[in-house]
Amino acid sequence: MAEEKTWALVSEVGGEHGYLEELADILKQHFRIICYRELLEDPVLHGPKIQVLFMWKYCPAAEPLLLGLLPSLKVVVSGGVGIDHLDVPFINSLGAKVANTPGVVSDSTADLTMGLLLASARKILDGHQIAIDPKTMHIPQSLMGVEVTGSTLGIIGMGEIGYKIAQRSKGFEMKILYHNRTRRNVEDEQAVRASYCESLDDLLRKSHFVVIAVKLTSDTTGLVGHRELSLMKPTATLVNISRGQVVDQDALVKALQSGSIRAAALDVTHPEPLPRDHPLLGLPNVLITPHIGISTYNTARRIVEKMVENALAAVKGLPVPNEVKLQLHN
Amino acid sequence: MQGVCYVRCVRRLWGPAQASQILNVTNMHRSVRQLQHKKVMEDNKPWALISEVGGQGYIEEVTDIMKQHFQIICHKDFLQNPLLHGPKIQAMFVWNALPAPEPALLSSLPSLKVVANGGVGIDHLDVSYITSLGVKVTNTPGVVSDATADIAMGLLLASARNIVEGHQIAVNPNTTHKQCQMGVEVTGSTLGIIGMGHIGCKIAQRGKGFDMKIVYHNRSRRNVEDEQAVGASYHDNMDDLLKASDFVVLAVNLTPETTGLISHRELSLMKPTATLVNISRGLVVDQDALVKALQSGTIRAAALDVTHPEPLPRDHPLLGLPNVLITPHVGTNTYTTTRRMVQRMVENAVAALKGQTIPNEVKPK
Repeated sequence: MAEEKTWALVSEVGGEHGYLEELADILKQHFRIICYRELLEDPVLHGPKIQVLFMWKYCPAAEPLLLGLLPSLKVVVSGGVGIDHLDVPFINSLGAKVANTPGVVSDSTADLTMGLLLASARKILDGHQIAIDPKTMHIPQSLMGVEVTGSTLGIIGMGEIGYKIAQRSKGFEMKILYHNRTRRNVEDEQAVRASYCESLDDLLRKSHFVVIAVKLTSDTTGLVGHRELSLMKPTATLVNISRGQVVDQDALVKALQSGSIRAAALDVTHPEPLPRDHPLLGLPNVLITPHIGISTYNTARRIVEKMVENALAAVKGLPVPNEVKLQLHN
Repeated sequence: MQGVCYVRCVRRLWGPAQASQILNVTNMHRSVRQLQHKKVMEDNKPWALISEVGGQGYIEEVTDIMKQHFQIICHKDFLQNPLLHGPKIQAMFVWNALPAPEPALLSSLPSLKVVANGGVGIDHLDVSYITSLGVKVTNTPGVVSDATADIAMGLLLASARNIVEGHQIAVNPNTTHKQCQMGVEVTGSTLGIIGMGHIGCKIAQRGKGFDMKIVYHNRSRRNVEDEQAVGASYHDNMDDLLKASDFVVLAVNLTPETTGLISHRELSLMKPTATLVNISRGLVVDQDALVKALQSGTIRAAALDVTHPEPLPRDHPLLGLPNVLITPHVGTNTYTTTRRMVQRMVENAVAALKGQTIPNEVKPK
């Protein structure tokens, strides 16, 4: 008889929040997968078999009701690096570890950041819409963007992703300023020619492009609000690839409507997706993508592989490579 | 000072009423002299023919640059009375290929000394013909390169990561449940640059920041330092580049040799996961072949800042394909770069008129 694989709970395969077939196959190589819907058909029967909960795009949510059905749970593994949606202490209190997938997300997230920055600066969306519009008869001369080469980029949050954004901007001869909880070492700074701004206000005043790459914590919630937006140049662009709640969205709407800032490009909002009547959706100077920072075949595959790696370690009682342990002094 | 003494004398000699009349006439004469003087100053500026301000022409913000050195006349105004205006015109500024320096127009400009183009591409100019008339041709290389390299990267990233599609899903009032298609990885992928001139090199520089593996094809190989600066490998055989690349960027100028450079055969050599980015000229690509390649999945996608013609006819198949991103030739469309181009265009024209060394003269081959 073949050795039974460990049971792991997933949201679904396919569908809005589900795994692509190819990615689910990677999970299936090592685990016996059960979908959330299947679990609910007979939670008393299936629940106790499940040792791993794989979270993908926040689903299934690791909430008390669900966790209560999983007495054998050893680990909650979240695909992606953000863990603001997880109550780590609570999950730990149930005897389960929490793991995420840092590192593997950084390149594609930094790439998307640059893509959003360039698309916004050079009005690529508008350009495409004009180019394919059935009414377009002439090439418009008035579709003017702002210069990226040689401009000043302000990075708020110079972690792994922030640093990779700096690396990419260097190729565009951008002047790089950054603000971080702690200053990076000299070699790191010199490698990308980045200058530390101890004062966030300073960075906001000087930057043509402000990129938010922090993680969401109680300290960074609402980090960019009315005051911060009013410090920015009226020709500046805000790019957010962190979490929607880092920005005060109402303040952002006002700033964009009034011309306090030139434009915004957001891969993240709060909630996701925004309600269909949200003012952000109607503004001409906003570019929004549906949280696709890691949406490439390569990166998604690497994330799933790392999820498997962490889950296998937890199940075997070995050290979990990317265990999330909350800092005591956070 | 002299004016004040004059007024006092007149008032003393003639009494208030008559003095007033005389002074008014004198003032009028002075005003007219001043106006005439100003007009003479303006008339001293050479005349330049431009297409138009607004519309398909220049943005208002750059006209001051031209007016510093030239008296400008729009093509429409010129056509009101070509016999009157023609002989005055010494310079012609071409922007977006307008006004077209065709024989009919040029023959009505007997004093023309220079055709100054805004932009680096001059495929729309018959340089041999124009210079045979004793008229110089100039363009604006260099100043266009950064903005064009930026748009190349912008198109590459927008296509690779489905940014336009993503936005449409994010703001669509009806669909909240549609999944955005997975994109392809840019970091670490292979960037193949066809045409490694000033713009091509800047694209390579930018690609390097994404840890892309850079391969290039050019008429002539660049020197070792240039290659090492961006980690680029030369491919003598363009076919090799096409087979190896995840992103193929066209940055050549349009010549008889590069017309239709990318056709069925070249597209079929590319990977089915590859993206074609064109920031050169529409005619470098066989558009019918491109449509077929995109429809059949021979290549993954295309991102084009240039097409032939511009804009495409509204029923052109390229417009309907989901895996095509098109921008309306915005490669240099930033305020900063546009200003620099106009400045350079004016500098070239001024030098030509003064018989000085022209910074960017285009000589016939």
